[in-house]
Amino acid sequence: MILPLSYNLRNLAVRRTTTAMTALGIALTVAVLAASFALVDGLRLALEASGHPLNILVTRKGSESELASNFERRVFDDLKFKPGIARNAAGEPLASLEVVTVINLVSVEFPEGANVNVRGVTPVGLELREDARLTEGRWFTPGRREATVGSSIAKRYPEARPGRKIRFGRGEWEVVGVYDSEQMARNSEILVDLNQVAADFGRESVLSSALVRATDPVAHQALINDLEADTRLNVQARSEKEYYAQQTSSGDLIRYLGTVVAVIMAVGSCFGAMNTMYAAVARRSREIGTLRVLGFSRSAILVSFFIESLMLAALGGALGILLVLPVNGLSTGIGSFVTFSEIAFQLRITPQTMAAAFLFALAMGAAGGLLPAFQAARKEILTALREG
Amino acid sequence: MKFLPLIVKNALRNRRRTLLTISSLAISLCLLGVMMALYYALFIGGQPAKAQARRVVVRHKVSIVFPLPLYFRERIAQVPGVEEVMLWSWFGGVYKDARDQRNFFARMAADAERLFRVYQDYVIPEEQKQAFIRDPAGCIVNKALAERHGFQVGDKILIRGDIYPFDLDLTVRGIYSSTDFDDDTLWFNWKYMENALRNSPRLMAGGFTLLARSEQDVAAISRAVDEMFANSEAPTKTESEYAFGLSFLSFLGNIKVILMSICFAVTFTVLLITANTMAMSVRERVREVGVLRTLGFGQPAIVGLIVGESALISLAGGLLGVLVAGGLCWVIRQGPAIVQQAKTLTIEWPVFAALMGVSLIVGVASAIVPAVAAARTNIIDALRFTD
Repeated sequence: MILPLSYNLRNLAVRRTTTAMTALGIALTVAVLAASFALVDGLRLALEASGHPLNILVTRKGSESELASNFERRVFDDLKFKPGIARNAAGEPLASLEVVTVINLVSVEFPEGANVNVRGVTPVGLELREDARLTEGRWFTPGRREATVGSSIAKRYPEARPGRKIRFGRGEWEVVGVYDSEQMARNSEILVDLNQVAADFGRESVLSSALVRATDPVAHQALINDLEADTRLNVQARSEKEYYAQQTSSGDLIRYLGTVVAVIMAVGSCFGAMNTMYAAVARRSREIGTLRVLGFSRSAILVSFFIESLMLAALGGALGILLVLPVNGLSTGIGSFVTFSEIAFQLRITPQTMAAAFLFALAMGAAGGLLPAFQAARKEILTALREG
Repeated sequence: MKFLPLIVKNALRNRRRTLLTISSLAISLCLLGVMMALYYALFIGGQPAKAQARRVVVRHKVSIVFPLPLYFRERIAQVPGVEEVMLWSWFGGVYKDARDQRNFFARMAADAERLFRVYQDYVIPEEQKQAFIRDPAGCIVNKALAERHGFQVGDKILIRGDIYPFDLDLTVRGIYSSTDFDDDTLWFNWKYMENALRNSPRLMAGGFTLLARSEQDVAAISRAVDEMFANSEAPTKTESEYAFGLSFLSFLGNIKVILMSICFAVTFTVLLITANTMAMSVRERVREVGVLRTLGFGQPAIVGLIVGESALISLAGGLLGVLVAGGLCWVIRQGPAIVQQAKTLTIEWPVFAALMGVSLIVGVASAIVPAVAAARTNIIDALRFTD
């Protein structure tokens, strides 16, 4: 015979202050875990959504990042006619020579300034970024000192809003527009004319990388193999998606910190739950005795108290998830050790995070409820009836 | 004070509950302690180590990735108050396999001779030092780093270039330690760069580190250097080496906000746990309070008894927590040097005081409501009260 669940529910409701306080303790612990996961997931989702599946990023062999890569113009001239590269309406190969550099901008969050990527591209480079749509103003004009900035940049750096001028290289650049892309990592860049910026930084012949579009998935892999094997070019080719995915490691430290903190807090909350359950067992001693007299078995009592603890934890878990939901969509930035600049992203509470947080709460309830439940089950009928 | 034995007796009445509360407090407060110690070390009370206090870093104003012309060194050396200037350059590169995080450590080129005049805290046998200065392909490694990778004097280390178009083939000429903190760095001879980049426009300095004559000169030197190069081809940003290290922090995300939120969540959890315990134990004792009132104890005395018990429990939890936090700090000190502050992390006095303050406040705050409620109960009701 099993005790009805409503018995536990009513018990929790009767001691509502204690229940609320214990559940809130569990909720806060769950919230810390979920918030750190939200940060890491936000970063991962932003990066996973970035990169076109047919794009290939070509850098100098041995370079882990575009920033560290020195890519010669003559290498680009050789590789752009490789077979397997898609062509645009005008019949030109969809291969873009690019230069990437870093500038320092003062942001709302970091008044000391944060690093931001500036990318010099040609019109073909913009064609390869067809996902980027203008939300404000226009694209920069080739040959002019103009910049079109990503939406995250415009949002986070007051200096880089349309109409303002940013200083880098050999002078000022006017911000003429803002673009937005579903490929979120792209929104953390400032796009300018390739030749202008290359001249400013003295990199007319040594640039950073090339972005090429393959005609189809088969050609994509073949082109990567072809480029990698070409000793004359001495380049490293990888899928653009892979390049972005690599940068998720920036979130490792936060994930680690969040998990450690949550686990330590969980031990504390577990003790709290244990306290509450022991008190419940002590207070209901006579009740337990009565239940036993009525014919409920020891195991039924054990299960009942264990379930009550799980209910308490479930309440805490649900509360914790509610507490942490407002951070969903909050935008923040983290440094990437690949691009040496900031990637802006939004915190994301995924269903998986919610499930993990809830399970985490249940685990706390289980650990905290087991011993008190055993104590309740072990009580002798006569002593139980006499207690309290 | 004369009630202290009674308070202790009361606290020990339900030993399991007190023990659970104290342990749960200790665990949460040790976490709070470590977070506060980190926050304190990073943003409030952190002090540069003695030798480091005189070191100043000059770098490109826009970003660390831009190099500075080599001739800047002579000009910086002429700034009043500067004792010595060395140039350095971040080589980066790949050791063995970059995917394994453990293979990441700083690989810097520097003026071999000037290095030891600027880093006076470096301890290295004289013959190793001379061997390093003489060998254009020599390097020295930090002791902790050498232990981790098993480097020994005479070993070859191969670093594949990524920023630079050449590989490093180095010989370990010495192993140094520091009287301040272990910086996990491999320094190699600048001559290697000169030989590899002969006649290349890329032969430039990553930055400069200078040693000021005295700590007081640091601010004036920084200003003078930045003014001198303000309108040059490469404007500079000059700051103490300590501040320079901190500037990398923002790279790890918004650490300030993250630490603050964790502290807040932990404190609130602690408050909930203690409040819960006190509410439970007070409710059990309402009848007893009635007896005390009958015996002539005033309301303030009863509130004092209960609040005192709670404060005692939370202070015990706090003390235990500080002890554990001290242990955790030790563990962090053994870990990787993400920031130099992690290498010297301890529970400083202000952090200790703050932690004790938090425990005391939590203890008092969590007991005040049930205590006052219990003391106010009518004697007759209290005596009749059944739980």
